[in-house]
Amino acid sequence: MPRTRTKIITALAVLGLTTGCGAADMTKQASPFANAQGARTVTLSVQSWVGAQANVAVAQYLLQHKLGYRVDTVQVDEIPAWDALSQGRVDAILEDWGHPDQEKRYVEDKKTIARAGGLGVTGHIGWYVPTYLVRQHPDITDWKNLDKYANLFRTAESGGKGQLMDGSPSYVTNDKALVENLKLDYQVIFAGSEAAQITQIRQFAKEHKPFLTYWYAPQWLFKKVPMTEVRLPPYKEGCDADPAKVACAYPHTPLQKYLNADFDRSGGKAARFLKKFHWTTEDQNQVALMIADQKLTPEQAAKKWVDSHASTWKSWLS
Amino acid sequence: MATLTATPDRVGLPGLLRHRAVGKLVLLAVAAAVLVPLADAHWASGSWPQALTVDLSKPLTGVSDWIIDNRDSHPLFLYFFGYISNAVVLSVRAVYLVLLAAGWAGVTAAAGLLAWRVAGVRLALGTAAALLACGLLGMWVPTMQTLALMVVAVLVSVVLGVLLGLAAGLSDRTFRALRPVLDTMQVLPAFAYLLPVVLVFGIGVPAAVLATVVYAAPPMARLTALGLRGADHEVLEAVESLGTTARQRLFTARLPLARRELLLGLNQTIMMALSMAVIASVIGAGGLGDRVYQALASVDVGAALAAGLPIVLLAVVLDRVTGAAGEGLRPGGRAGWAYAAAAAVAVAVAARLAGGLDWPGSWTVQIAEPVNRAVDWMTAHLYSGVPYVGGTADWAGHFTTWILDPLRAGLQWLPWWSVLLVVAALAWLIGTWRTALTAVLAMAATGVLGVWKPSLDTLSQVLAAVAVTLVLGVATGIAAARSDRFERLLRPVLDVFQTMPQFVYLIPVVALFGVGRAPAAVAAVVYALPAVVRITTQGLRQVDPAALESARSLGASSVQQLRQVQLPLARPALLLAVNQGVVLVLAVVIIGGLVGGGALGYDVVFGLAQGDLATGLVAGAAIVCLGLMLDRVTQPTERRAQKGA
Repeated sequence: MPRTRTKIITALAVLGLTTGCGAADMTKQASPFANAQGARTVTLSVQSWVGAQANVAVAQYLLQHKLGYRVDTVQVDEIPAWDALSQGRVDAILEDWGHPDQEKRYVEDKKTIARAGGLGVTGHIGWYVPTYLVRQHPDITDWKNLDKYANLFRTAESGGKGQLMDGSPSYVTNDKALVENLKLDYQVIFAGSEAAQITQIRQFAKEHKPFLTYWYAPQWLFKKVPMTEVRLPPYKEGCDADPAKVACAYPHTPLQKYLNADFDRSGGKAARFLKKFHWTTEDQNQVALMIADQKLTPEQAAKKWVDSHASTWKSWLS
Repeated sequence: MATLTATPDRVGLPGLLRHRAVGKLVLLAVAAAVLVPLADAHWASGSWPQALTVDLSKPLTGVSDWIIDNRDSHPLFLYFFGYISNAVVLSVRAVYLVLLAAGWAGVTAAAGLLAWRVAGVRLALGTAAALLACGLLGMWVPTMQTLALMVVAVLVSVVLGVLLGLAAGLSDRTFRALRPVLDTMQVLPAFAYLLPVVLVFGIGVPAAVLATVVYAAPPMARLTALGLRGADHEVLEAVESLGTTARQRLFTARLPLARRELLLGLNQTIMMALSMAVIASVIGAGGLGDRVYQALASVDVGAALAAGLPIVLLAVVLDRVTGAAGEGLRPGGRAGWAYAAAAAVAVAVAARLAGGLDWPGSWTVQIAEPVNRAVDWMTAHLYSGVPYVGGTADWAGHFTTWILDPLRAGLQWLPWWSVLLVVAALAWLIGTWRTALTAVLAMAATGVLGVWKPSLDTLSQVLAAVAVTLVLGVATGIAAARSDRFERLLRPVLDVFQTMPQFVYLIPVVALFGVGRAPAAVAAVVYALPAVVRITTQGLRQVDPAALESARSLGASSVQQLRQVQLPLARPALLLAVNQGVVLVLAVVIIGGLVGGGALGYDVVFGLAQGDLATGLVAGAAIVCLGLMLDRVTQPTERRAQKGA
């Protein structure tokens, strides 16, 4: 037995020496799939909604075909994406809907993430009902009247109350607090993922059934299922400061881009390009609709858009 | 994955059994009569008493914040976790680069030749065809990423598993300490493993590989230990009498004798690693799983299937090849290996010279569109308004209001101590007082963690889905056991359904059944059915032909034969089917959090998505407890005794 022990100790010592006994900072490790075979690689975070996929598809297409990069994409939820970005496992987030806590932690305190300007798209979250329902009940678009119609929205899942359908748990939402603080006779049901939520909305719409859902603009689904926003008590600066006491609508958020701080400094052309990337809600919707509704692959959709909008993207490359 | 075999035995003592069962129940009733009034007087509430819960969210949030703040400076991370993470990244990268350098032709040739050496010509052709199919589906690079991750994860799992298995195989004390842990780890849903590793390693490949290792190593360790312990004693004595040292005995006798179990362990490890590699896409594993996950975000079932098929193909090929390797080596020896290696290198070099490293872009088949059209048609025509039977949405609604709701309401209405009593009674009837105690403690732990209600919600979904699974599964199993042709038809279907990543089920299920608990239950049923069908068929087929013959000669009709001979004799197999069904259903009901299943599954998804590890970890722990409880309540003691060998 003692012989084995000495062997193990020697083995450990050799291992220690060969790997270099320095510190191994795992917050500075890139993805193992990055930069394979000498290609310059950019890793982009794709969030789960299609608008974000549209940004990434176009950025990816231009990086690959005009700048000669290899692009990896990873799907990460919003808050873990910040963490991954700070560790350099992804290089960029192209569409952020506002996360003040993370911004303070990573951009201001740790300085591992750098701001990269706006995306050019303004986002807005709200409660929506299908427009065909508004035609039948014009006063349904005021939150004060929602209780009157609660029985319209009743489903097997919501029990005796009306159903307010929420999407992915990763999205920014105050809905549970809103329902409670506005004393509404509703139950928040989380679809669990945006895919599930969209599927359900389309099924409801096909049969012209009433539904009330958490939704956001810009979103391609509005083109397929016209929806009208329900007016909540107006948003005032700071009214959503305490998540438990929120009783007001969601703000209009100019969507932001963020880069990993090291990538920002040494990312060369790719980093410059991503900082200049700036387009409109129209553009984004056009690409998103191609992906989600016409079922083009993100690459085909991006190619179509790029072919017809040279003037827009030429300026990003300079 | 369910390669467990059931051997029918011990059915001859119903009288004694019943007698013992009554005794146990009486004892339990007496204990209850003493304890319940006490408990009720102290904490009189229907739901779990507030006084008995521990709020872990504060400390857990603290830990999570501390880790994020200190990850780049604290020595624990710099000198320990950092190295682990580094090693994982480097080795995955190395494998990935080798795979890329070999090119698609090289990889296909190498895989085919390897399969030829260990499993014969037919499987070699199958392997090559499967890899080419991955390329044809346009998934070559993601397949290689998944393969790189898998290779590293499986290697680490095997090394770790064999080491643990050796320790447990050679020392009785370690075996006794390790076995319950390993048995338990095998029944836990994969989702519960993700959070702790994410907490330490952050999103990304290292976390994914480590979660996979934790999930896939236990079967290797278990089977190694069992193989070593099951070796023929007479052979060992003979070897010992030759004057060999302990190490010689291990390498020349015990390990070779355990070869079957070792290869079965390898097989199970690979299958579990593959299923985990897909689920780990939630924490940034990349590769095929990520493609499935991304496709689901845009409700693109076709694209999800295009990424899901390579996983199924890999799984089937790996399963068959490792399975065949267990049967015995091909002739040819060293020379054969040398030829195979030389041929693989030659193909790789030739492809490289021809400049064809990357899969040619024009050689892809788009399957997404036709699949999506089929799915659209299905949802358009089956969702509702089907004459007479009603649409799938109506069924889902009825299932929710008539079965899930009353079940959940019933469970949550029961006083907390009565739930514990029921659990104790069930577990004790089927097992020993020890399994009963474990089950009760596990159930109580969900209450202590403060998630009693969501746990019962999840439990109600599991119970409903298991009931459906058993009815359908046993019926299909009986049919398959009676007709060879039906079984042959069924086999590939079962294979595919069992290896398909659970994610792929979720979206068509939503399209058909809407959002909520019903689709989660349906996905669980679909996922658990193959195992139940397979075990039932196997159990029924193993019934002693003599017993059947004598029943037939007594003039029993085929229904009578089934009810009075086959089913009673196959009781152990049926119990095993229940156990496996429960375990598999739980795994998917949890993932059902992604389609509105709510309860514990939603909490885990929420924890992962919001980086709110406190919620996620508590829910994860509760899932572990629930899994433990369900396993103990459905696991007959006979099987444990046999497994110990």
